[in-house]
Amino acid sequence: MASSATSGGNTSTNHPYIPSTDLDRQEMLGVIGVDSLDGLLGDIPIEHRHPGLNLDAGLAEQELSTLFRSIAAENASSSSGYISFLGAGSYSHYVPSTVRSILQRGEFVTAYTPYQPEAAQGTLQVGFEFQTVICQLTGMEVANAGMYDGPTAFAEACLMASRVTKRTRIGVLSSADSRLPDTLLAYSKHQGNEIIVITPDATEIPDDLACIGIQSPNFFGEIEDVERLTKLAHDNGALSVVHVNPVALGMFKAPGEFDVDIVTAEGQPLGVPMAFGGPYVGLFACKKAHIRQMPGRIIGRTTDTKGRTGYALTLQTREQHIRRQRATSNICTSTQLIGLMVTVYAATLGKQGIKDLANLCYQKAHYAASEIGNLNGFSVNPISPGGTFFHEFVVKCPGSPSKINASLLNKKIIGGLDISDRYENGMLVCVTETSSKDDIDKFVKALSEIGASA
Amino acid sequence: MTITTSAGDIDRRLLMDRSVAGRKAFTLPESDVPAQKLPDSSFLRDDVELPEVSQLEVIRYFSVLSQLNFSIDTNFYPLGSCTMKYNPKINDELANLPGLADIHPLQPDETVQGAIRLLKNLQDDLGEITGLVGVSLAPLAGAQGEYAGLLVARAYHESQNDSARTVAIVPDSAHGTNPASAAMAGLEVVTVRSDDQGNVDVENLRELANESTAVFMLTIPSTLGLFEPNILEINKIVHDAGGLVYADGANLNALLGLVKLGDLGVDICHSNLHKTFSTPHGGGGPGSGPVMVTDELAKFLPKPVAMKTDAGYVMATPEMSIGAINGFHGSFSIAARAYAYIKTLGLEGLQSVSENAIISANYIQAKLRDKYNIAADRYCMHETVLSATKQKKRGVAGLDIAKRLLDFGIHAPTMYFPMIIDEALMVEPTESESKETLDHFIAVMRQIDDEIDSSPELILEAPHDLPVTRLDEATAARKPVLRWTAESNFLSS
Repeated sequence: MASSATSGGNTSTNHPYIPSTDLDRQEMLGVIGVDSLDGLLGDIPIEHRHPGLNLDAGLAEQELSTLFRSIAAENASSSSGYISFLGAGSYSHYVPSTVRSILQRGEFVTAYTPYQPEAAQGTLQVGFEFQTVICQLTGMEVANAGMYDGPTAFAEACLMASRVTKRTRIGVLSSADSRLPDTLLAYSKHQGNEIIVITPDATEIPDDLACIGIQSPNFFGEIEDVERLTKLAHDNGALSVVHVNPVALGMFKAPGEFDVDIVTAEGQPLGVPMAFGGPYVGLFACKKAHIRQMPGRIIGRTTDTKGRTGYALTLQTREQHIRRQRATSNICTSTQLIGLMVTVYAATLGKQGIKDLANLCYQKAHYAASEIGNLNGFSVNPISPGGTFFHEFVVKCPGSPSKINASLLNKKIIGGLDISDRYENGMLVCVTETSSKDDIDKFVKALSEIGASA
Repeated sequence: MTITTSAGDIDRRLLMDRSVAGRKAFTLPESDVPAQKLPDSSFLRDDVELPEVSQLEVIRYFSVLSQLNFSIDTNFYPLGSCTMKYNPKINDELANLPGLADIHPLQPDETVQGAIRLLKNLQDDLGEITGLVGVSLAPLAGAQGEYAGLLVARAYHESQNDSARTVAIVPDSAHGTNPASAAMAGLEVVTVRSDDQGNVDVENLRELANESTAVFMLTIPSTLGLFEPNILEINKIVHDAGGLVYADGANLNALLGLVKLGDLGVDICHSNLHKTFSTPHGGGGPGSGPVMVTDELAKFLPKPVAMKTDAGYVMATPEMSIGAINGFHGSFSIAARAYAYIKTLGLEGLQSVSENAIISANYIQAKLRDKYNIAADRYCMHETVLSATKQKKRGVAGLDIAKRLLDFGIHAPTMYFPMIIDEALMVEPTESESKETLDHFIAVMRQIDDEIDSSPELILEAPHDLPVTRLDEATAARKPVLRWTAESNFLSS
C-alpha cells in the first residue's frame, strides 16, 4: 500500500476534511500569482522537497471504525468481562451520563485557550467553577485551572516550595508512589535541586529543606499523619506539600485543616476514564499568600465596561508567554477539557454524592481486605498493621505476586499491582464502587485457590 | 449562531449560587457488602460544600455556558500557530470505545496488546513524517515535548563527556515556552536575532555558536509563518560547533509530505498532536507533544516507548532514558485520535492538508496586503503575520481589530506575537476552511480597515454583541477573586 512522492504537482485529493476543490485551488493560486504550489515552496531546499512518505492510503470512516474496533478488541477490560483490582494512581470509577453528555459539546471541545475572554466566557466560567471545586475539596484558599497530571502537579509544587523558601533541597516521604519523586527528578535535575528521602515516622528533618512532600493516602493506601508532618516542616522553615486522592476527601479530613501549604492530586478519579493513563488533569491548590509563585493558568472574576460580571485569565505575568525564561513554569495549558469533566462530575455528585462515593469505596475495600486477611498464607497491611486506609491496601502473598496475577488472569481477573520491588511478595489491591460484592468474592476465592497451591 | 445577542438575559450565577439543600443530580448504589467499621472520627471531615442541584440543572447550566464560547465547530477560528482545524467527530467516538477508554495503565502488557500496537504504529508514522525515527509519545503537551527534547540533548552531551554545553540559542521570534523550557533544563538562554527578512540572522548565529552551545531551538516554519531558507547552513553551523538542532514542530501542519525535518539535519523535534493531527484543543488542553529524535538519540528518550518484540508488543524504557516526565504513558486517548486522523487521511490526504493550508494562507495574504502590512512580505507557509501599524497610526490598534472581528463571529488571530513584530496579527486559516469562508474573512478585514475612517468607535468599543464587553483585566490581577465564596457571591453583594 505504500506509495512514493507526488512529483511536485498539487494533489487534488478530495477528502471530507478538506473543502477546497481543484477550481478553488486554481483560483487562489491565480490570485497569489503562482502556477502551482511549488511556486510557494521556494524556501525549502529543492533536494529535500517532496521526499515521499511510506504511509498507507487513507481509510474511509467506516473502514477506520472497523480498524479501531479490532484494536480495542485486543485489550482486556471490564467491557470484555474482566474484573480488575488495579489502582496505584489510576482508578476505576463510574462516569455519570452528565459528564459524557457535556463532553459532547463542541463549543467546549473545539475552543482553545481563552485569550479572547469575550468569546470564551463558557470556558472561563467553567474554569472558575473548577477552581472553586478544588478549593472546596481540599480546604485550600486558591487553586489553579489545572496541571497535566498528578505527578507533574506534585513536581511543580515542590519546585514552587523551592522558590518560596529559596531552598534547593526537597524532602519526599519514602511512602510516596515512586512516580512522584521520579517525575520531580525529571523536572528538577538541572535546576540544582536535590531530593531527600524522609521516613513517615521522622521526628527530625534537615533544617534546609524547601518542603516535605507527603502522599496521603500514601502509595500503600494508608493515611499519613499530615498534621504532625506539616508541623515538623513548619518548625524547620519548610513548607508542606500534600498529594491526596480527591475521592478520599469525601470522607477524610482535608489538608486545609492541617495548615498545609500546597495540595496536589491526580484529578482522574473525578469522572475521567482510565484510558491507559491519560489524558488526566493535575489538581493544584495553595495558600493565597503564595499565589504569585503558583504555576499554571489562573482564572479570575472581573467586570466589563458595562459593569457586568465576567471572567478572564489573570496573574499572567507569572507565565511563559510573558516572562519567557523567568516564568514560574513552562506549562502552556490547563488541561481544561479534563477540568470540565471534573467540574461536571463534582456538580453531578454534589455534596451528598461525594460523601456516598467515598463511603462506598471505603466499605468495599475494607470488606475485601478483611476477607483476604482471613485467607491462609495472606496478610493485609503488613507495613503498618492497624493503620487507617481508604480504598487501597497491601496484601502480603504466600508467593510471587506476578505468578499469582498470571493465574488470576486465566480466570479473567486482573489482580492488584505487583509491588514486590517495594515490599516482599507485596500486592497493592484497590477496590472502588465499580466492584460488586460478587466480583470481590470471586477475587478472594481465586486467591484462596491459588494461594493453596503456591 | 450560538452567541446570545441579548447579554442581559444570561444568568451568570455560579453552581453554588444555585444550590438548594436536598437537591441531587445523581444517586450511588447502596452498599452490597456487610457494614465495615469506620475510622476514628478524628480522621473524618464535615461535609464537602459541593453544589446541590438537579440533574437537569447540571445539563442546562453547562449547556448554556458552552454557548458563550467561540469554537471551531461554530466559528472561523484563525488563531495563528494554534492550527485550529476541524476536529473529526469519529476520532472522539473511536477514542472512547470500550477496550480503549476503560483500560488501566498498569495492566500487564499481554492484556493491552491492541493499545500498545496503536502507540507503536503512531510512533512509526510520526517517525516517517518527520524523518526522525526515535519517538516517544510520553509528553503531555508541546511544552513537555520540548522540555523532554532538551533533556535528551543534555543527556547526549553528558554521554559524550561534554557537559560544559549549557547554552540554548533561541531566536527572538520564538514561542515563550522555548526559553521557559530551556531554563527548566538548566540552560542559559542566548537570543539570536532575526534579520530584516524574518530569517535567523546567520552571521549572528555564527558568532554565538561555540563550545558552550548545547542546542539551537528553531521553530520551523517560524512564528512568522516562514520556512527558514538557510536551514541547511544553520544546521551546519550548529553541528560544526558541536551543538544539536531542536526543531519546534508547532507548525508542522505546513510540512506534511513536503519536507522531512530529519533530512534537513534536525536532531530533535516535537509535534503537537492537538495542532497538526487534529485532536481537540479542549479550551486549553489536554494536549500531546510527542518527541522525535534521530536513531542515535533514541536511547535517551523519555519512558515509556512502545516496542514490538518476538513476544508481542511491550511498553519499554530506552537504554539511557532521561526517565519519566509524567505519571504514565502520555495522553493515550489523544494519541488514538491522532492515529485515526493519520489513518483516514493517508499519504495523499496528509500532503493535501499542508498544500491547502499553505495556499489558503497565501491567498489571505495576497488579498490583504494592500490594506495591512505583512510582517515579511514574501510567500508564507501555513500562516501569515499581518502588522497593523498603518491602522495604529490611524488610531486603531491590533487589539481593537481583533476585538472587532469577534462582532462578525470570527475568532481573533493570535495578537502581539511574535513579539518582534509591532501590532502583530497572526492568521492561520488551516486547510479545513472553504474559499467562501476565507473570502468572508478577507471582506471583514477590509471593512474593518474602512471603519477606522468612517466609524472608529465601532472598532474601539468592540465587541458589542457578545456576553460581555471588554473586561477589566487590571483589577482582576490587582484584586484577584479566584473562586466562589459565600461572601463573594456577586448577587448578594
